[in-house]
Amino acid sequence: MADLKVKLGKLQLKNPVMTASGTFGYGTEYSDFFDISRIGCIVVKGITLRKREGNAYPRMAETPSGMLNAVGLQNRGIDHFIKHIYPEIKNVNTNIFVNVNGSTVEEYIEVAEKVNDLDRIPGIELNISCPNVKEGGMAFGVSCPAAATVVREVRKVYSKELMVKLSPNVTFITEIARAVEDEGADSISLINTLLGMAIDAESRKPILSTVTGGLSGPAIKPVALRMVWQVAQEVKIPVVGMGGIMNARDAIEFFLAGASAVQIGTANFIDPTVSMKVLEGIEDYLNRHKFNSIYDIIGAMTIEG
Amino acid sequence: MKKFILDLIVKENEHINEDYFVLKLTSNDKLPHILPGQFVEIKVENSPTTFLRRPISVNFYDKELNELWLLIQIVGDGTRKLSEVQVGDTLNLILPLGNTFSIPEDKNARLLLIGGGVGFAPMLFLGAYLNDLGYRCDFLLGGRSEANMVQLNEFKRYGEVYITTEDGSMGEKGYVTQHSLLQKKQFDMIYTCGPTPMMQAVASYAHKRNIACEVSLENMMACGFGTCLCCVTDTVDGNLCVCTEGPVFNITKLKWQI
Ligand SMILES: Cc1cc2nc3c(=O)[nH]c(=O)nc-3n(C[C@H](O)[C@H](O)[C@H](O)COP(=O)(O)OP(=O)(O)OC[C@H]3O[C@@H](n4cnc5c(N)ncnc54)[C@H](O)[C@@H]3O)c2cc1C
Ligand SMILES: Cc1cc2nc3c(=O)[nH]c(=O)nc-3n(C[C@H](O)[C@H](O)[C@H](O)COP(=O)(O)O)c2cc1C
Ligand code: FES
Repeated sequence: MADLKVKLGKLQLKNPVMTASGTFGYGTEYSDFFDISRIGCIVVKGITLRKREGNAYPRMAETPSGMLNAVGLQNRGIDHFIKHIYPEIKNVNTNIFVNVNGSTVEEYIEVAEKVNDLDRIPGIELNISCPNVKEGGMAFGVSCPAAATVVREVRKVYSKELMVKLSPNVTFITEIARAVEDEGADSISLINTLLGMAIDAESRKPILSTVTGGLSGPAIKPVALRMVWQVAQEVKIPVVGMGGIMNARDAIEFFLAGASAVQIGTANFIDPTVSMKVLEGIEDYLNRHKFNSIYDIIGAMTIEG
Repeated sequence: MKKFILDLIVKENEHINEDYFVLKLTSNDKLPHILPGQFVEIKVENSPTTFLRRPISVNFYDKELNELWLLIQIVGDGTRKLSEVQVGDTLNLILPLGNTFSIPEDKNARLLLIGGGVGFAPMLFLGAYLNDLGYRCDFLLGGRSEANMVQLNEFKRYGEVYITTEDGSMGEKGYVTQHSLLQKKQFDMIYTCGPTPMMQAVASYAHKRNIACEVSLENMMACGFGTCLCCVTDTVDGNLCVCTEGPVFNITKLKWQI
């Protein structure tokens, strides 16, 4: 049996399969379907300092091999999470990360500080890449100085695993990645959704209430794979890859490109048990190719020869 | 209610007319218990343009026969692909999803079930369910023309059926809210499912007369089980997911201008 354990900074995951923020609720929504403690790490949906109603309906458009969403970080705020959700999920026997969001640096800091006090949350995913909010969000992830500032300030107050989630909506992803690493991130996850839009030709109107939204699903996989590959070569910290993973083969491509772990997003909507199938498929692949450890395939793509 | 992901077997695929078909599904195992108003999310295989599952209301559920019906209107690639399934094929469904209608305590309550277009689907199951519990109900069904008047023989088993068509080809001409039944008879509770303008007209009628009214919404969904937050409707309690807090809502909860 191949060893599936991976390390993100100081934190060890029992396996490299994670679920992506905003696609797996708080985890418990999936417990009717399988034992969610088998997942390597669950990233819960995006949380902000104060309650947010999110954007108006319609928030979703199906696209070729993917979907656009414009949820806009609807959530009930960090205090509600701590009081009502955390007690429900803290005994799930796996790692749970909170996806931290803000409109200002101060908000990111305040949420991170509050999460730092939660014993059973070993890490946060700092989301500097949400394309669906008017203030903050992606604005922090598309400029090196802004990304550096928010990571530096959060690092000061947050002592556990700090994963920073990058936006693909940039010209040079490696520059942002390096800025984030330099300010003390323990790991980098990418990609968040690609900015896109959909128009209803009959009504001549945009489909989403916000006109633009975030594209996810297999449609973005080649872009995600390229960015993971570029970033993994640029930084020393672990990289967590995501974008359009539907099965184990997709996941393995991300490991080969240099990812130390993968996150499954949109695929959870179509097959709620997909993360377990990906996990089993990775194990099967390692055994079939007689690899002893997942590390044998991380960054193992060979270009020459 | 616990949700399941099941491969169900197609027992019948009955094409009612060019646009509508009924899938009768069964399983070798016992189907989970399903309530009227609830829906399923179907995976559509071999349709490259259909990425997400498709939400479809439960049209009828027979515990004894271990059978589940879906009444589907062909509107795009996904529903067209579903219309082509053969007897013996399997379909992958997530079920049961969503809430249910509320049932008044008074067994003598006068209940009206209004369906429009493919919104007939949950009204049949609700009518059958109410019938089982010993309630009597009337159905008021509306559509563009006679061709849209599907499953009438089924509806007639569970109550009186009143019909309106926009072109007058069957029943009274006009919209459901113009039917003479509404002038003749008083109701204590109205349930409705259909196109949004129709449900809003019904809600407005009920609201003005202080009749309790529940509507079943069909917002666009990505997951169907409360994780994507794409399907929200604006309510007095803020944005709520139609897939988990609904699809059935009391009109007093919605922020419709009625
Ligand atoms: C809770 C719920 C219950 C439903 N119950 C039924 C049912 O019992 N029978 C039935 O035939 N349909 C039902 N629908 C609608 C059904 O899900 C859609 O018609 C179907 O998803 C269309 O898929 P498609 O690939 O054929 O068409 P697509 O190519 O996806 O769409 C074709 C056209 O239909 C429109 N459309 C797609 N989905 C919806 C929607 N949810 N609401 C309004 N317009 C839509 C699109 O905008 C487009 O113009 C229900 C929807 C919901 C949310
Ligand atoms: C409906 C929806 C909601 C999302 N919400 C969040 C969120 O709150 N925070 C976040 O960092 N990413 C969010 N994402 C992005 C995903 O976590 C992921 O980065 C993206 O969807 C790409 O992966 P995928 O193609 O596997 O879905 C969301 C994606 C979707 C589809
Ligand atoms: S459809 Fe995903 S939350 Fe309702």
